Amino acid sequence: MTSPSAAPAGAPVDVAAPAADERGPSPGRARRGSPGEALAAYTFLAPNLVLLGLFVLLPLAWAVWISTQDTDGFGAGTFVGADNYARLLSDGTFWRSVVNTTLFTAIVTPASMALGLGAAVLLDGALPARGFFRSVLILPMAVSGVATALIGVLVFDENSGVLDGIIRALGLPGVAWQSGGAAAFTSVVLVTLWWRVGFNMLIYLAALQGVGAHLYEAATLDGASAWQRFRYVTVPMVGPASFFLLVMNVIYSFQVFDIVFVMTGGGPRDATSVLVTYAYETGFVTRDQGYAAAIGVVLLLLTLAVTAVRWRTSRTRDLVE
Amino acid sequence: MSAAEQVVTSAPGALRRRRERRVRALRTGAAVVVALITLAPLYWMVVVALSTRAELLGGQLRLWPRELTLANVERVLTAFPVVTWFGNSVAIALVTSLITVAVNLLAGYAFAQLRFRGSTALFLVALSTLMLPVQVIMVALFRLVTELGIYGSYWAVILPTAASAFGVFLARQFILGIPRELVEAARIDGAGHLRVFLQVVLPLCRPLVAVLFFMSLLQTWNDFAWPLIALRQNELFTLPIGLLYLQGQFGADYGGTMAFALISVTPMVVLFLVFQRYFVQGFARSGIR
Repeated sequence: MTSPSAAPAGAPVDVAAPAADERGPSPGRARRGSPGEALAAYTFLAPNLVLLGLFVLLPLAWAVWISTQDTDGFGAGTFVGADNYARLLSDGTFWRSVVNTTLFTAIVTPASMALGLGAAVLLDGALPARGFFRSVLILPMAVSGVATALIGVLVFDENSGVLDGIIRALGLPGVAWQSGGAAAFTSVVLVTLWWRVGFNMLIYLAALQGVGAHLYEAATLDGASAWQRFRYVTVPMVGPASFFLLVMNVIYSFQVFDIVFVMTGGGPRDATSVLVTYAYETGFVTRDQGYAAAIGVVLLLLTLAVTAVRWRTSRTRDLVE
Repeated sequence: MSAAEQVVTSAPGALRRRRERRVRALRTGAAVVVALITLAPLYWMVVVALSTRAELLGGQLRLWPRELTLANVERVLTAFPVVTWFGNSVAIALVTSLITVAVNLLAGYAFAQLRFRGSTALFLVALSTLMLPVQVIMVALFRLVTELGIYGSYWAVILPTAASAFGVFLARQFILGIPRELVEAARIDGAGHLRVFLQVVLPLCRPLVAVLFFMSLLQTWNDFAWPLIALRQNELFTLPIGLLYLQGQFGADYGGTMAFALISVTPMVVLFLVFQRYFVQGFARSGIR
């Protein structure tokens, strides 16, 4: 039923930033090949570069331009300069979305990493049917965000949901998962964790393969307790994987859409509204596309900031190591 | 060896074995709990999808249903063009994956085996696009596909989704592992770059191709935000968009919604379990998503 090869590839994860990849084409030899080789190279690259240029880089520049327009998406808009950005400053829903996105990121990132590491340590040790457990834990990765969110709607339904059924059966008061803002936010976070922990576990599991048993032996001889071995051997040794996951989780959380859009649509009363759901609403429901583009640009700047930190840190790490 | 086993080796004799058993039992118990939490929502989806309407409405749903029915599945199949949506998903996922894998392999070959001006710069440009998901540029992308005249067609979904550098890094890494001498020998024998790529490099890349293909398939099959914007006509919907549409129509009919969720999720879950090795490698190495 389950594949026995649930273990990730033995090789440690490539957590380094692209630039840190040291195996460039033979650095000792001449950097430049023949003109024919260059022509061949550009030909091989052309399809990829054309697609990326047309569908990623061009829309990126265009998005910045649209953000200076007042437009409904049909026909030419009017140039309004920085008006859209000025409007953002006094837009309550926008700020609510910024706060929610930040809060979501601040909860989901550490929680999914901690749970992922815990699960990885658990499933790295001696255990019957280890492969089966690993397969089960990464299974949510195969489920689409929409289906995940709809299962969430089903489970968290405050009138007929199975979760409230269980809570009430335990004699506790039911929770207003849909009508209560904080409860709705919590339900979105819980569903996201269910969906995302498997990925975090997978990366940590790969990283744990690179931690030598002799380190634990040495720590044990020095009288370290199980917790101390975890804290002072495991955690530092999976540091690069943690850093990689930190970046990936933060970027994912900034851009969260599927789960929130389907589960709550940003409600009740903007309690779960995040930047991307708000941008979607403005761009494609109220069709204020210039404004939506401005929200997109804000999101881009946030993402760039995180990416910059990633680059800086990985450069520094290269120098240190 | 794990931390728990270490504890065991340091403890003396008889106590050791008892302790060993206890730790193992604890670990197994924890693993079972975690697995149950993970599986419970999926189990619940299946139960609700296969429960009778009376049981669903009666409010006395049991964790183990008394009778199973395919009524929900049948209702969904007759009320919505599910088969068409399924076909759309298959077509879009396959075409997108084929394009993106081919394009990324070609680029990976160039970056790994060929020397040319601007190699590093172009590589960094390609990689930087990975940090730019469609959410950031959706308005402009919508305008672009409208201008190109493909808005509302399959291509409006396929082309922007295929425009991904996600495989370039992986492909370059993998192809760097192919000895340059092999490529150069073929070149000296008079083979052009395309022939070297097709006949020397590609046959060595089978595991890589499998990883890239499955990763792309998974991503495209489950994609939501962009298809939601790019597709307007009901008949062109993919499964995730159809699922949302159906939920809008069916509202609180959880039996129907879950029956369709089950239909949309099953192919990828099965594929995921069967070809787990490739998916795991893809995630572990590239960390996309």
